[in-house]
Amino acid sequence: MGHRYFPHTEADIESMLQRCGVASVDELYADVPPGLVLNRDYELPRSMSEKEVRDYFHRLCAANRPLTCFAGAGFYNHYSPAVVSSVISRSEFLTAYTPYQPEISQGTLQYIFEYQSMMSALTGMAVSNASMYDGTTATAEAMLMAVAASRKRNRVLVSQTLNPYTRKVIDTYARYHGVTVDDIRQIDGMTDLVDLQSKLEQDDVAGVIVATPNFYGLLEDYSGVAEMCHAHKALFIVNCVPSALGVIRTPGEWGADIAVGDGQSLGMPLSYGGPYLGFICCTRALMRKLPGRIVGATEDAGGQRVFVITLQAREQHIRREKATSNICSNQGLMALYATVYLSVMGAAGLREVCEKSMDGARYLVAALEKTGRMKLKYPSAPYLNEFVMTCDFDVDDFVARCVAGGILPGVKIADGEILIAVTEMNHRSEMDALAGIVENM
Amino acid sequence: MNREYYGKLIFELSRPGRRAYSLPANGCPEGATLLPEGLLRKSAPELPEVDEPTVVRHYNNMSTNNFGVDTGFYPLGSCTMKYNPKINEEMAVLPAMAGLHPLQPVSTVQGALEAYHTLQCYLAEIGGMAEFTLNPFAGAHGELTGLMVIRAWHDSRGDSKRTKVIVPDSAHGTNPASAAVAGLKVIEVKSMPDGTVDVEALSAVLDDSVAAVMMTNPNTMGIFESRVREIADMVHDAGALMYYDGANLNPMLGVARPGDMGFDVMHVNLHKTFSTPHGGGGPGAGPVGVRSGLEKFLPNPRVVKNADGSFGLSQSDGSLGSVSATLGNFAVQLRALSYILSLGCDGLAQAGRLATLNANYVKESLRDVYELPIDRVCKHEFVFDGLADKTSGVSTLNVAKRLLDHGYHAPTIYFPLLFHESLMIEPTETESRETLDEFIAVMRDIAREAAESPEVVKSAPHNTPVGLPDDTKAALSPKVTYFDLMQ
Amino acid sequence: MSKIYYSETHEYVKVDGNIGLIGISDYAQHALGNVVYVDMPEVGDDIEAGEDFGAVESVKAASDLIAPVSGAVVEINEHLIDNPRLINEDALSNWIIKVELTAPDELDSLMDEAGYAEFVSNQ
Repeated sequence: MGHRYFPHTEADIESMLQRCGVASVDELYADVPPGLVLNRDYELPRSMSEKEVRDYFHRLCAANRPLTCFAGAGFYNHYSPAVVSSVISRSEFLTAYTPYQPEISQGTLQYIFEYQSMMSALTGMAVSNASMYDGTTATAEAMLMAVAASRKRNRVLVSQTLNPYTRKVIDTYARYHGVTVDDIRQIDGMTDLVDLQSKLEQDDVAGVIVATPNFYGLLEDYSGVAEMCHAHKALFIVNCVPSALGVIRTPGEWGADIAVGDGQSLGMPLSYGGPYLGFICCTRALMRKLPGRIVGATEDAGGQRVFVITLQAREQHIRREKATSNICSNQGLMALYATVYLSVMGAAGLREVCEKSMDGARYLVAALEKTGRMKLKYPSAPYLNEFVMTCDFDVDDFVARCVAGGILPGVKIADGEILIAVTEMNHRSEMDALAGIVENM
Repeated sequence: MNREYYGKLIFELSRPGRRAYSLPANGCPEGATLLPEGLLRKSAPELPEVDEPTVVRHYNNMSTNNFGVDTGFYPLGSCTMKYNPKINEEMAVLPAMAGLHPLQPVSTVQGALEAYHTLQCYLAEIGGMAEFTLNPFAGAHGELTGLMVIRAWHDSRGDSKRTKVIVPDSAHGTNPASAAVAGLKVIEVKSMPDGTVDVEALSAVLDDSVAAVMMTNPNTMGIFESRVREIADMVHDAGALMYYDGANLNPMLGVARPGDMGFDVMHVNLHKTFSTPHGGGGPGAGPVGVRSGLEKFLPNPRVVKNADGSFGLSQSDGSLGSVSATLGNFAVQLRALSYILSLGCDGLAQAGRLATLNANYVKESLRDVYELPIDRVCKHEFVFDGLADKTSGVSTLNVAKRLLDHGYHAPTIYFPLLFHESLMIEPTETESRETLDEFIAVMRDIAREAAESPEVVKSAPHNTPVGLPDDTKAALSPKVTYFDLMQ
Repeated sequence: MSKIYYSETHEYVKVDGNIGLIGISDYAQHALGNVVYVDMPEVGDDIEAGEDFGAVESVKAASDLIAPVSGAVVEINEHLIDNPRLINEDALSNWIIKVELTAPDELDSLMDEAGYAEFVSNQ
């Protein structure tokens, strides 16, 4: 008996071999030198039934401990409407390849067009690509884009308030691509614009990367930064959290040339790190330098409005080593995820998510400060739903006690400092429980 | 697939005052927050206002204009469009996996780390490698990561003059693009008439400035590179490393391993060989494997198994750095693990062989009516150079579009670049003999039609939801958002 | 009176005094098909003979523009921004950039009209 995924009967195989003019399947491998042939089974388990696979995964699941989540640091536990998982599991979307044949791929092409439109609306930028892997790699691609657009410069400036996980990926790409990455100093959790100005003076900077909200959850005032960058022919790149863009000033409004970030905050499951979605949007002037796939509207032979992959001359399959990027795919299904999420939520829903998260954050900050053991680190800075608390106790010990109580209290970012995020998923009772643990420290 | 075109945009269904969301009360005082005006956006984003039934019907209608593996035969060469088992989907979204925050303490994610570690060990056994990282997000990202491993290795030996990568001219465009992103220069070497690497031409450009040679085996013509071991020895003697592009690993399952062929670094595409769904372009995953001695160069973080049997995360000093914030597309990894467990060593060995049998069967059944430029046993895929009879003027593009009329996805066209009319067919192992026979019959019909009434083929497609789009119009004045259409 | 020179990568330069108009040959526009975009340098940029200074794109191909001579860009053909197909209509009148030559000797290594015609006939 063959495996359940393979339709071949013994008789099928027999007659197919005959057509091929060989006596056995092994003969089709006669060109593999004998010394290279494995001649044994892989040292792997033998095939499992579905029930056994399920049992295996349930055993793994039992070794995990899902927790009430107050952790953020770039990964946020937002509500995911039931509609989204229903739509993205439709097999016409799920099991399609890249839409290379537009006549039978309008479903994929159309949702990418909607996705691009929604990301454009959120970021305030004219153009979006069809999505990338995640926020860290998208930011690294924005750096490469700035270097390529400048033609001759290979230095970028990155604010110390950018998420350090993103920074690590930027540094890796930069090291191998031959780009110099310099810090823009931070003062009290905010980018030091004086330091930025002085580092731009040498007129050798291709791009400047800042974040909103920044890693500490703070909203920085970037008034004048775009002008500062442009005066020195540097591109202004803003890394942002899209869920917050329903409320906060957009990269477009700050005068950014490129907006990047991770789409995870648009209700995507945390899923232990992925898959999420990277987005990259830019001004119309930079459209032809944008990496990755872009979908555009056109007409078919009958005059119907249809959608196609366009501006392909930028891409690796045509430009090879001269392409803007080596990316071939986009994060298709996750782009559909974001699109359906944003359809469901709309502007009003996004605003409500933000407001509820902010209300919760204010409540939690007050409750934690009331214990007398924790203090808001940047009390005078505007923040949304994420904030840094300083503690008069050991953070590792605190995290361990919270975990024992079923709570993930946040992410330790330094000795005595913890970064805490609140979303619309957190109820007051959970915050009271967290404050209760602090009281008992 | 629906023949009726559904062409509306969600924006066009929007009516002020409708909504599809519901959010929980959180018990906290409302409206406590006032932010400075200058930090707020001036007007609400222009997103659609729709109710829930409208959202569902809109996307379902849209999906009926799409073609997936679950819809029908998808012989897209080099993409390995095999059946995506349903159990994998179920295993990928289990709440005790999907709810984990990536920065949770390792003591609370032991099951997740075990899944990762198990899959990396399984891939190491399948690839004949010492260790894999599952962190890269896609095949291209894997290539980039693999080339960074290679550069990190050369750097660790103080060998900084190795700035070039040799790539056969039959390679995917991604190979040279990845090399360029990794800061390496690309040297293309010509192929032999039979599509295999020209070993002499390769040897001529192999010097101490070469960091690596990238190969796909079987290559993009579906031909196994029999001289691979000899090439590997030559490359190693020159102080360079061998990189295996895993795009075509599928037919080698259970037969031969890249590590045994002499490759030092490789990537696999979980969305090809290990059946995770392509999702209209992603998310995929591109794990990278290395031979013994190169492990410490892999990207951080790495998952390790401790002496007490528990799992942990480690940061290696010699590492190339990080290519992702955390451990990559975790839910995609779960699907691949589910697939490998479902197939087991016995099923995997069958998969590779049946993929090869299916490809040869289709090739032998069509070679009299389509031009077969390389007449050899193929592996999982093969390339025709258009129709055998060129007098009709019917092109590969025309044949591809005519296939759409018959309810098939088209093969890969105009790749590899070695032939003018490349038509690259990869049936995969999950297609039945009946499916292949029907496809063969249609391909023969199209060949006959091309001779008898070529205009019908040249003007295809005729009964797809939309006709041939005007690509030039799209590129001349790009309209890439709904708001562009409104102008 | 201007004189025209061609490179083996199918760019031309029409020279009048120390000013050169650079574009792509009729043969090149034909090979490329419908031009949808021309990537041009900025006024004030320096170009160097043999190095690329931009690209011409059709729907599914892109061709780098290789400078036939060195010089400083004094003007770009702004008509091509909105109407890149002008290159298909008349490649020789629709030059891409105007440069001030910095090394006129370089012209000696280029082909004249007859030489290029012969070169193309052997392609």
